[in-house]
Amino acid sequence: MLEQIFQFLVTGVTVGSLYALVGLGFALIYNASDVVNFAQGEFVMLGAMTAIALLGAGLPLPLAALAATLAAILVGLLLERFAIEPAQGASVVTTIIITIGAAIFLRGVALLLWGKDFHALPPFSGDAPIRLGGATVLPQSLWVLGVTVLLVGLVRAFFNRTLLGKALLACSFNRAAAQLVGINVRVMLRLAYGLSAGLGAIAGILIAPITFSSYEAGVMLGLKGFSAAIVGGIGNPMGAVAGGVLLGLLEALGAGLISSGYKDAIAFLFVLLVLFFEPTGLFGHKVAERV
Amino acid sequence: MRLAGFYVFAAVVALLPVLFPTNYFVTVVGASAGLHVILAVGLNLLMGYAGQISLGHAAFFGMGAYASAILTTRFGWYSLLALATGLLVAGTVAWLLARPILRLRGHYLAMATLGFGIIVHVVMVQATRWTGGPDGLAGVPPLNLLGWTVEGDLPWYGVIMAAMLLTVWLSLNLVDSQVGRALRAVHGSEFAAQMMGIDIGRAKTQVFVVSALFAAFAGSLFAHQQAFVSPDSFNLIVSVELVTMVVLGGMASTFGAACGAIALTLLNEWLVVFEDYEMLIHGALLMAVMIFMPQGLFVGLSQGARRLWAMVRPKS
Amino acid sequence: MKNVWQTTLVAMLLCASLNPAGAAEPIKVGSFLTVTGPASFLGDPELKTLQMYVEDINAKGGVKGRKLELIHYDTGGNAKDAVNFVKRLIKNDNVDFIIGGTTTGDTLAVIPDVEKEGIPFISLAGAVEIIEPVRKWVFKMPHTDRMAVAKIYEDLRKRGLTKVAIITGDGGFDKSGREQLLKLAPQYGITIVADESYGNKDTDMTAQLTKIRATDAQAIINFGLGQAPAIVTKNIKQLGITLPLYQSHGVASKTFIDLAGEAAEGARLPAAALVVAEQLPDADPQKPVLMAYKNKYEAKYGPVSTFGGHAYDGLMIAVAAIQRAGGTDKTKVRDEIEKTQGFIGTAGVFNMTPQDHMGLTVDAFKLVEIRNGSWKIVQ
Repeated sequence: MLEQIFQFLVTGVTVGSLYALVGLGFALIYNASDVVNFAQGEFVMLGAMTAIALLGAGLPLPLAALAATLAAILVGLLLERFAIEPAQGASVVTTIIITIGAAIFLRGVALLLWGKDFHALPPFSGDAPIRLGGATVLPQSLWVLGVTVLLVGLVRAFFNRTLLGKALLACSFNRAAAQLVGINVRVMLRLAYGLSAGLGAIAGILIAPITFSSYEAGVMLGLKGFSAAIVGGIGNPMGAVAGGVLLGLLEALGAGLISSGYKDAIAFLFVLLVLFFEPTGLFGHKVAERV
Repeated sequence: MRLAGFYVFAAVVALLPVLFPTNYFVTVVGASAGLHVILAVGLNLLMGYAGQISLGHAAFFGMGAYASAILTTRFGWYSLLALATGLLVAGTVAWLLARPILRLRGHYLAMATLGFGIIVHVVMVQATRWTGGPDGLAGVPPLNLLGWTVEGDLPWYGVIMAAMLLTVWLSLNLVDSQVGRALRAVHGSEFAAQMMGIDIGRAKTQVFVVSALFAAFAGSLFAHQQAFVSPDSFNLIVSVELVTMVVLGGMASTFGAACGAIALTLLNEWLVVFEDYEMLIHGALLMAVMIFMPQGLFVGLSQGARRLWAMVRPKS
Repeated sequence: MKNVWQTTLVAMLLCASLNPAGAAEPIKVGSFLTVTGPASFLGDPELKTLQMYVEDINAKGGVKGRKLELIHYDTGGNAKDAVNFVKRLIKNDNVDFIIGGTTTGDTLAVIPDVEKEGIPFISLAGAVEIIEPVRKWVFKMPHTDRMAVAKIYEDLRKRGLTKVAIITGDGGFDKSGREQLLKLAPQYGITIVADESYGNKDTDMTAQLTKIRATDAQAIINFGLGQAPAIVTKNIKQLGITLPLYQSHGVASKTFIDLAGEAAEGARLPAAALVVAEQLPDADPQKPVLMAYKNKYEAKYGPVSTFGGHAYDGLMIAVAAIQRAGGTDKTKVRDEIEKTQGFIGTAGVFNMTPQDHMGLTVDAFKLVEIRNGSWKIVQ
């Protein structure tokens, strides 16, 4: 039994790190613009599908991954320039609907480019499972875990240590004030979309060997990433990771110990309870409303 | 005079089937649009007036539908009694949920309602013994209105449109009532509203329950009209679509929400002939409308019409 | 006076039927399939097949001198849309018959309208409830999930395995397969020692499989569609489980082998003969039909799956019925479809009766094993 529980925990953490990685991208755009970008899952899908297509065209994997990330960043910039920027001044909800429209649009593009089939990326370092005590884990899961830790560290350092990062944060806290102290808000927004598209693409490429990818793969990943980011306290990169791992653990333990059919309900019930007691997530800022 | 728009709307709705009694786009798509209007108008009360987003509204829609379907199909209940039970269930759940869930703000509220929607959907899929599981429940008997059995497309158009006009009328009146003014104050600033002595919790709870009742009502009608229910009519995508309808049409306006519901229903029906290009066009149109008419279709189009009129108007 | 009217009417009808313009009017084939969404890998080849053969039949002069016209709507797997599109096909497009309903959910949802309006409907979905009880206007092409389960259980019996663990998804196909697995188990002396499920978009099933590993199961049966069974297959290997694995006919496409890779080696599943067409003996009457379809499809679109084959069977049975009925009178066409005898299709040999609106037997399924990345018939 103990061995089983250990495997559930390992499963939970590996699945959770996947959600966390997607959740990071949400945190980034939110930090710059107060907007939850519902096309974030599509960045993940675009990264994976572009990498798969380029690999199929004969490019070596590292090069394909790099090119796919750059392609996604370009898409992120275009999205900001041609969809978000023209709607400046619109309410947050309107902007959210724009990102939903963008998500559907990107899915449509992917459908035309790559068809409806599922595709897989080969694992980076083999398929042979690694034993951890009584549990087993795939080498690719360790990749996901490792890169998540690395990226979280980088994102954190970016916001806390660099001037650029602080400027980005300032835009979210008070756009007018940020403008007044000489921050170019428009450039900052583009930066945020570019970065989070890149983050999404990296996530997509890393998890494609485990979960496979298709034009619709972004929907589910986006949903789980969004949940991770919110539960952790939106805008906090560490929170996104904590939220992701929590969600993963809940699903694995729910499936293993209670009922696999109801595991999603169990996980979200827990999420609801968390929010009832911590209305701004686990690591969210408590903000007072201005009148 | 206040309800002038309503009477024009009602007249158009009544005239359409007289002019086109067998047209599929009137009787079938129209009925479908009517249900969407009920849902969107209800959700708009919550989103547009109380400023509370909900990404789980399809759950209430589903509760009404499944209550009617299960009670009439499995237990042979009278359809109106089943409908009332559906309203009771959805209303009670909304009432219980309102206090804790509406304390949340913005994206946290979105998350909580989304989670609620997913939980309800999982139950629909998994509780196979009651709900029929993912394949749903077939053979829901027709709606019986005090002896009149509603069957066929034209009678259904009539019933759904009557229900829709009733909800639109209710919504228009509600917005102008004291509750409505309190709600708008909540939307503006909760803190300020509280200072003015408005019981925010109560106002929000009331509107949450009302919008859940609207949704459950639409759900019951839907179950009888389709004679079939299955979980995928009540999933997250539907919830997102409902939010889209409200925002697309224009928040904080009953006719705006109705306009969005009709527009999106027609759009889906129209785009299907584009096959693989459907998604691409759908996404692009959605973005374009929101970018160029951030206030929504209703305001955007009426402003456009006014400008056009100003241009062609004979100068005096 | 009455007689005069009757004579005029008959004369008018005669004229109408002799009118060459009337005769050249196309036969309208209505279709609603799941071309996008979770079951798109079923609906996509179905639509391609219909398009390809409608074109083909028209190039050869059509049916009774009338061209076929295909009108198709994509349901995206949403039963609500399926209901509306079927109404649109019947009322707006005035189609002569309908082929479609990729998923059981879509098919069951439209049955009330089809029965009420009275139009021949050939479903491409799996569950046995579609034709049990028999409905006047509803027919179905693919084998039932009950037959798939029977095929698997027969093989288990041959191998002397009695304790199985089942793991299924949360879709309609999966759930109705699970029901049949539970229902038929006692007849074959099989005990279900674990009954797990997963979400069809889940990315990891190791938690469920860990539970299965802890039981005394002698084999694992996975009933599912899409990418999930491939993940299950990979997770089984990851956990070092060596029990025999059975999949359902829902994964009988090349995509499954590509996704699951080496982990799929040795997995067995019931499948229509289409995937192993080359391996059939030349004497098999099905072989020429299978090879013709396979070659034609692969020349245009790439690897065949059994799903597109069902659309072929449906279209051909309907066309044959129209030919026998001498026109598109809906009642006559329905009667002729019901009289289909000895029709050799991709799914097997169809012999329909008023009691059986599918007409296939368990023998139509072949049990195949995945070996070296390809399908092999298990003898």
